[in-house]
Amino acid sequence: MGLLSKRDSKLILDPLSDNNPITIQVLGICSALAITAELEASVVMSIAVLFVMGVGNVVISLIRNIVPSRIKIIVQLIVIATLVIIVDLVLKAYAYELSKTLSVFVGLIITNCIIMGRFEAFALANGLWRSFLDGIGNAFGYAVILVIVGFFRELLGAGTLWGYPVFGDAIDKTGLYAWGYENNGFMLLSPMALIVVGIIIWIQRSKSTHLIED
Amino acid sequence: MAINTDKNSYTILFAIGMVIIVGTLLAAIDSSLKDKIKTNKILEKQQNILYAIGINNNEGNSVSFVSTDQAPSLFDEYIVSQIYIQGNKIIEDNEAYLIEVKKEKALAKDPTYDRRLPLFIADRDGVRYYVAPIRGKGLWDAIWAYIAMDENMMILGAYFDHKAETPGLGANINQRFFMDDFIGEKLLDENENFKGIKVSKTNLDPRNEIKDDHEVDAIAGSTITGDGVSAMIKSDLRLYIPYFKKLKQN
Repeated sequence: MGLLSKRDSKLILDPLSDNNPITIQVLGICSALAITAELEASVVMSIAVLFVMGVGNVVISLIRNIVPSRIKIIVQLIVIATLVIIVDLVLKAYAYELSKTLSVFVGLIITNCIIMGRFEAFALANGLWRSFLDGIGNAFGYAVILVIVGFFRELLGAGTLWGYPVFGDAIDKTGLYAWGYENNGFMLLSPMALIVVGIIIWIQRSKSTHLIED
Repeated sequence: MAINTDKNSYTILFAIGMVIIVGTLLAAIDSSLKDKIKTNKILEKQQNILYAIGINNNEGNSVSFVSTDQAPSLFDEYIVSQIYIQGNKIIEDNEAYLIEVKKEKALAKDPTYDRRLPLFIADRDGVRYYVAPIRGKGLWDAIWAYIAMDENMMILGAYFDHKAETPGLGANINQRFFMDDFIGEKLLDENENFKGIKVSKTNLDPRNEIKDDHEVDAIAGSTITGDGVSAMIKSDLRLYIPYFKKLKQN
């Protein structure tokens, strides 16, 4: 037995494929649509969610036996909001530049349904270590989809990746553009994010047919 | 567990306890970091104003400010005077850059209040820059800018920023491909009437080579942020016209 037992590693690996938070549980769609116009924004958001979910799941799991069930949703919200605000304040004081980049994401993290969903479905019923693994696993599952969508939207929409032009210059008509290639501006708008996510879901289900419900 | 977590009294006690703990925690963190955050904000303002007059560490297409260590001394070196305009008066104030445009805008809703309009005058390589801070609304939240002009209200430099515009779309107003387009654009037409600058989707001038059309190229997918930029230029820079008129007469 290595660091993780079979049961534990399932917690990390499942969200990457058969139990992906976006494509299977269909959580966190709102933020996936909003910020995937650029690869960089997708990665920043993924890291932020990774942190909040890892720590948040642990906190919720710690207090799971003393939370009154009637106000558990409020408690979950407060835990998320507190974590996010603390991170925001500390960054503002010690890494101001970074905090400016992240400020846009703060609201999106607080309202991210994946975080609430995992608190509710997992951390409230499981121990510390397993909750932590579940948080990290789901955050990675979320990150994978975000990065794939961000990659295609930035590449096809703006012709760049991480801000670097890969196809040549669209205005001066160099590189691929000299051959008549055009960027598809529609890729930058949210509807295309939904369509890209849809295509990912399609591919995933056609590969693992046991996911298809009747 | 022995506690009955479903009891009313327990629920209320828990809620009160949680509010006290979380409230104390956040208040403690906030007040211990307050001074540092304030200093960071002041330094950022200085960096932004310096950026608008072309004092920056830009390389290639990246936007890069002068370092925070250098910002205060460079600010003192290049900014020759700071003033604010209130009604007909022009008042010299060495801390005019600390005037918050947001607060002034809120106060100006009261018609008896004369809004203070800060203006920073800089000298760089013999050229005189007049930098005005402006503020408006984007799609989600506030957007603002520092616009450097010459005495004919032609734009010499601009720095735009935003609080929470959509990443990849409206958030790109603080990228060089957008900001640099403003350089050389004129706020007044040939008859000295205020025209402003429109962020236009039908401009057909992506390199912005036509400098007297009062238009710059919009960012695809960020219509409302772009409209917000046009509107804030129109509403806020218009207020500085009397000052520039007076400047010309003298």
